[in-house]
Amino acid sequence: MKKSDWPLWEVFIRSKQGLNHKHVGSLRAADAEMAIENARDVYTRRSEGISIWVLESKNIHASDPQEADSLYDPAHSKVYRHPTFYDVPDGISHM
Amino acid sequence: MEKAQDILELERRFQEKIDNDIRIEPNDWMPDAYRKTLIRQISQHAHSEIVGMLPEGNWITRAPNLRRKAVLLAKVQDEAGHGLYLYSACETLGADREETIDDLHSGKAKYSSIFNYPTLSWADMGAIGWLVDGAAIMNQVPLCRCSYGPYARAMVRVCKEESFHQRQGFEIISKLAQGSPEQKEMAQDALNRFWWPSLMMFGPSDDDSPNSAQSMKWKIKRNSNDELRQLFVDVTVPQAEMIGLKIPDNDLKWNEATQHYEFGEIDWTEFWEVVKGNGPCNYERVETRRKAKENGEWVRAAAVAYAEKKKNKELAVEA
Ligand SMILES: [Fe+2]
Ligand SMILES: [Fe+2]
Repeated sequence: MKKSDWPLWEVFIRSKQGLNHKHVGSLRAADAEMAIENARDVYTRRSEGISIWVLESKNIHASDPQEADSLYDPAHSKVYRHPTFYDVPDGISHM
Repeated sequence: MEKAQDILELERRFQEKIDNDIRIEPNDWMPDAYRKTLIRQISQHAHSEIVGMLPEGNWITRAPNLRRKAVLLAKVQDEAGHGLYLYSACETLGADREETIDDLHSGKAKYSSIFNYPTLSWADMGAIGWLVDGAAIMNQVPLCRCSYGPYARAMVRVCKEESFHQRQGFEIISKLAQGSPEQKEMAQDALNRFWWPSLMMFGPSDDDSPNSAQSMKWKIKRNSNDELRQLFVDVTVPQAEMIGLKIPDNDLKWNEATQHYEFGEIDWTEFWEVVKGNGPCNYERVETRRKAKENGEWVRAAAVAYAEKKKNKELAVEA
């Protein structure tokens, strides 16, 4: 990477009040302020958002997909965590 | 190091995911050839969006009125956005953005050959939106279901924006086609020049497209070049008739039995010449991009210097 190359930023957009910020893509910018301005031009040209988060990509830590089995497997057998696991007798309501 | 049999097992599982329509994401294991194919395709797609701004940018200052100017400006700005979505999708595969851009400038990487034709009149803005964006939509819609997640998601955004591009072009060309005899002639002339290059946008015919089978197996590609080209002809011919323009192909005829249009032979010699770099504007297009990067170097460097200075100041205040 050359000195004049800009770091990579991940962009998250809140599409409307009351919803989460959602990852939409990435872009290059010299600093956070420029990343937000660029995100405005690249990802919200049609009013797709009302709030922008940017995060330098190098600061993201991700789980390893190769370890997905051992990470998520313990939850698979715990069906009793879902309400559908239980039989509710006919005639019982508000439950 | 991964052993040969481990790789076979990884490949088997990879293909199984593809066959079950499970998307591949950046950190997932993928065969090197899949990664390379995608980097080549996505970067070339990105280059096409960026170079594609030039033929239209040529007419922004000469748009016939303020409305047309605002629309064309918005359209060209979208193409810049498309290029950026795609460069960032390409980077998720480990490609270096600046290197891929330098490959465009050195001539190592290709872009869609359609952008090597000149835009001689305002009517060309109509023909490009209608035909070139129209053909691009046909190519891009199936890519929304591409097996690689970031590429597919970029394509969903792109396709949403493309339909306005085609409509604004069709509006320009149909207005001219209904205008004075001179305006109608301009519209017809633009169609004459852009028709065949638009058909070439779908790439070589299936018999001449050796990598297609592998791309289909990987679900990077969902339809063959000839299939999409036929679809484009079938939907576009009636549109031309509707606005009273003639498709420049004497062999064009409707086949009642197949329910498709038959069309004349494409000049593949011209296609390969333009791909090789001998089209009317190849040199000018790449030169313009190369200079843009070169002349912008000091701006990028200044932005980095400014960001560093600001950061140091903040650190000094905290300390
Ligand atoms: Fe585009
Ligand atoms: Fe477009």
